[in-house]
Amino acid sequence: MGLSTSILLTIALAPLVGCVLAGFLGKFLGRAGSHGVTILGVAVSCALSFYVLYQLTMGGAAEYNQNIYTWFQIGPFNASVGFMVDRLTALMLVVVSFVSLLVHVYTIGYMADDDGYTRFFSYISLFTFSMFMLVMSNNFMQLFFGWEAVGLVSYLLIGFWYKRPTAIFANLKAFLVNRVGDFGFLLGIAAVLYFLGTLDYATAFAAAPGLAGKALQITANTQWDAATVICICLFVGAMGKSAQVPLHVWLPDSMEGPTPISALIHAATMVTAGIFMVARMSPLFEMSSTALSFVLVIGATTALFTGLIGIVQNDIKRVIAYSTLSQLGYMTVALGVSMYSGAVFHLMTHAFFKALLFLGAGSVIIAMHHEQDMRYMGGLRKYMPVTWITMWVGSLALVAVPFTSGFYSKDAIIEAVGLSHRWGAHYAYFCVMAGALVTGLYTFRQMYLTFHGKERFKVVEPHGHGHHDGHDDHGHHEPGVLAHAPKESPWVVTLPLVLLATPSLLVGFFTVGPTLFGNWFRGAIRVDEANDVLAELGHEFHGAAAMALHGFTQLPFLLVLVAFAVTTYIYLFNPALADRIKSALRPLWTVLDRKYWVDDVYFALFARGSVLLGRGFWKASETALIDGAMVNGSVNLVHRVAATMRRLQSGYLYHYAFAMILGLILLLGGYWLVGSGLAGH
Amino acid sequence: MFNHLLSLLIWLPVVGAIPVLLAGSARPNLARWLSLLVAVLTFVASLFLLVQYNPAGAVMQLVESHLWIASWGVHYGLAVDGISVALIVMTTFVGVLVIAGAWEVIQDKPHQYMAAMLVLEGLLIGVFCATDALLFYALFEAILIPMFILIGIWGGPRRVYATLKFFIYTFFGSVFMLIALLYLYQKAHTFDLATLAALPLTFKEQAWIFFAFLIAFAIKVPMVPVHTWLPDAHVEAPTGGSVVLAAVMLKVGTYGMLRFILPIVPDAGAHFAWLVIVLSLIAIVYIGYVALVQEDMKKLVAYSSVAHMGFVTLGIFIAFMLVREQGRTDTAMLGMQGAMVQMISHGFVSGAMFTCIGVMYDRMHTRLIKDYGGVINAMPWFGFFYVLFAMANCGLPGTSGFVGEFMVILASFTANPWVALFAAFTLIIGAGYTLWLVKRVLWGAITNPHVAEMKEINGRETFVLAAFAAAVLALGVWPQPLVHLMDSSVSQLVQQLAIHKI
Repeated sequence: MGLSTSILLTIALAPLVGCVLAGFLGKFLGRAGSHGVTILGVAVSCALSFYVLYQLTMGGAAEYNQNIYTWFQIGPFNASVGFMVDRLTALMLVVVSFVSLLVHVYTIGYMADDDGYTRFFSYISLFTFSMFMLVMSNNFMQLFFGWEAVGLVSYLLIGFWYKRPTAIFANLKAFLVNRVGDFGFLLGIAAVLYFLGTLDYATAFAAAPGLAGKALQITANTQWDAATVICICLFVGAMGKSAQVPLHVWLPDSMEGPTPISALIHAATMVTAGIFMVARMSPLFEMSSTALSFVLVIGATTALFTGLIGIVQNDIKRVIAYSTLSQLGYMTVALGVSMYSGAVFHLMTHAFFKALLFLGAGSVIIAMHHEQDMRYMGGLRKYMPVTWITMWVGSLALVAVPFTSGFYSKDAIIEAVGLSHRWGAHYAYFCVMAGALVTGLYTFRQMYLTFHGKERFKVVEPHGHGHHDGHDDHGHHEPGVLAHAPKESPWVVTLPLVLLATPSLLVGFFTVGPTLFGNWFRGAIRVDEANDVLAELGHEFHGAAAMALHGFTQLPFLLVLVAFAVTTYIYLFNPALADRIKSALRPLWTVLDRKYWVDDVYFALFARGSVLLGRGFWKASETALIDGAMVNGSVNLVHRVAATMRRLQSGYLYHYAFAMILGLILLLGGYWLVGSGLAGH
Repeated sequence: MFNHLLSLLIWLPVVGAIPVLLAGSARPNLARWLSLLVAVLTFVASLFLLVQYNPAGAVMQLVESHLWIASWGVHYGLAVDGISVALIVMTTFVGVLVIAGAWEVIQDKPHQYMAAMLVLEGLLIGVFCATDALLFYALFEAILIPMFILIGIWGGPRRVYATLKFFIYTFFGSVFMLIALLYLYQKAHTFDLATLAALPLTFKEQAWIFFAFLIAFAIKVPMVPVHTWLPDAHVEAPTGGSVVLAAVMLKVGTYGMLRFILPIVPDAGAHFAWLVIVLSLIAIVYIGYVALVQEDMKKLVAYSSVAHMGFVTLGIFIAFMLVREQGRTDTAMLGMQGAMVQMISHGFVSGAMFTCIGVMYDRMHTRLIKDYGGVINAMPWFGFFYVLFAMANCGLPGTSGFVGEFMVILASFTANPWVALFAAFTLIIGAGYTLWLVKRVLWGAITNPHVAEMKEINGRETFVLAAFAAAVLALGVWPQPLVHLMDSSVSQLVQQLAIHKI
């Protein structure tokens, strides 16, 4: 049976219905009603997404590509709303809807005491709808719609607690930095229309080989290769959305939002939209190895240098945020070596284990009464065993211990980079290899600081016998002082953890063969034969188990062991050593703690600079030049002329008589001069 | 009835203003209901127009023509194409919302306010369907009068400066148009626009006439550097005045360009297109920076209007470049359609933004950004609308603000990638000034105790904002009906661009 339009429409619109109901009728529906309708909506989408994946994989269904309605038709140019659903889309649908569903359930527990409960559910359902529109799109216009719509929801959710100055700073920053990316993205779309004459994916991809040899006239004697211009512009969009250096600055700040959305939007799904987009555009990117080298270098830089910052963070969520940046860098590196399916594969495994880590961190944050500083944690494992174990599962997947999902996706990327001959591949290989060590360092450090070692918090029972609500006054606490002992979170929180831990552990083992080496994405992803590092890698692939066993002997795993040994020694046996290392390497630590000063420079240059420039324009040009000199100036001129004229009309007869006599003398004198001059000839 | 539908649309609000005036200040509610009735009837009549107009039919439809001034051959000539229809429906739609929006806000002489509003509406409709240049000119000038009254009587403290600046500025520009029209008359002996369009003119003549028209219409749009009357007029105007000014009156300028510059002086237009394109890009980028640092909400939105109108002029004149230099009529259509959609969209978005500011002003009696902060705490429903319109103002896809800008940027890229680069800069700077405004006004904790006392929007205000929201979303989600409505007219305009008159 094929895929029907109604099924796909239901997938997209069910969360939107939930969003509208919870958003506008939240008061009538109540809390349970609101989370009921939104969860129902996403559950329907999730079930149908699995069905679609099943149909495309086992059911023998053909790819779906149809327009639903015409958005505009101007001459030959058409923009439509429509769906393209192939295996790439189906995989994204399953990942998005599955993580979204779990996050919806988790939110019941996490936001239980929040006044914005129904609003939150409305937002995350709106997000799910937007993300579906993005991944299911069959054209560039709708892609841009989904792209910006997820940005909007991200803006609303980062600023969810809108009373906090830091939150509303972070959401503005996130939106603007993303807009810088979208600026490039939109120009990329315009370039696609210019060179390929269409906004439709299928038509554009079919025409893509024709890009070869075409160029864009930049100045009278400069030309840029068409495919390179298109791909770099599109990728600038991906750099914004997927937080690649130098547009990465918004993602750590986005942690101001509630933790469920950090998991859903800022780890598992939205930030991977850029990766998905490049994979989707593989027929275009394959046309420009210059653009792919650019992608490769950006990704490699992101993978290593943002991971390093993660080592010095004390906020549990920020560690994971920097880890997300670094892992997005890995995916981008995979794209850069034409290993699109590897990028999408890592996107999938990462979605599971990173959502798990964020939700686990959220569970810790609940237990710690909204304390996020790991310096006041420690020894939590005995209070919250489910969170502890599941987070270890996620961590092992993150550091890519063989047999975990993360191993299959990440190790394949590292190996593929090693095989690639693309310009920049050597640098990238160094970055992703060193990144393996860095990942181990910040991950184990985080686990030890949170769950192991001595408890660094005190439990002080509040005085009096009345019920004390720990949530009302969080923020006013003395750090590290809790009103109750930490306890394991309720089942709505731990169930999603378990359900995410399972795929984090297993999905890689079962899917690595087909997705990476079995041409599972055929049709959806196009790789030029000369660039196909995966095919080369495939010669050495003899099953998932053999790959994992082989992995135990390889350098990335050895680096993880080093990281494990170092962190274990420092954080379990010699905690004072961490501070000593910090003092010994003070300059390095400062560089990382200040995040390479990138934020400071951006703020001074772009935020302050723009305001200064605007003020300069306002004072010099608007007020002084245009209004002052030109507009009011001409008024004043008229005034002055009129005033002079008025003075002439004094009303005194002798003034007029004098003027007449003077005029007569001048007139006659003039005649005489002219006359005598003529007579002289 | 349909034979005189256009006359009906013009005269219904103008004549309807008489009973509203007669209701007098003694019966303000009667005046309000009467004016609402007139506005609603006009809106309904415009819907008939929408049905009557056949996008596949002749270029100009519903033609009415009567000799008006026999000795000069001036006709009372009316007709519409798709662009006019769209603008007229937008005008009548905004007309209803402006009357509803002013309901209890205007306590001083409401009957006169409502009457002036209705007259203004009728005159604006007239501008959009006049086919005789002198009739157009007369109406073009006449709209100054009710607007002058609206700002002068119900305006803010500096209203005298603002009204004079507004009046003299625009009047100054139209003098040049009059001279150009008189020149054309002595050559063609008619003011009929279709005849003038066919009139052969040398390049020198075209150049002079082009600049005369450009000055007149550029002031109205307004384009940089003749835009400074707009922020002052907006700041002093009452909310309804601002809404009509931004939503409809500015379009008279760009509409004039379509009707006068494009058909009458196409060669000069093509020759000087670069100038208008550069001025449009300055409007988008430079004005964006100026908007960023405004301390008065109304001034900020006024400047953002100038930037958004930059897309309209850009779209119109990029079409010249595409047709004349590259022979790309298809892409020129895209740019021109983008300009048209942007005109309609800006009507809804700017109208909504000014209404939002009015809602806050009615409660706080200040327009300074620094007096606000945390409004969402007191007015969550209002906050919903405000964020929606702010997003439309920064061109978020799914709202109407995106559609026109998207088309214009796509078309510009074909003409010249650098033009597209500067135009696309609006994505960043537009979001910058709009969302920074939202951050300072809407988000945050309440610091000013007066903000805490702000009352949530009432039913009437909700209706007005919801109507704007429906229009903004409908156009954003499905622009094709509007595009289809204007398609043949835009195609006709683009064909005119290609005609060489020399």
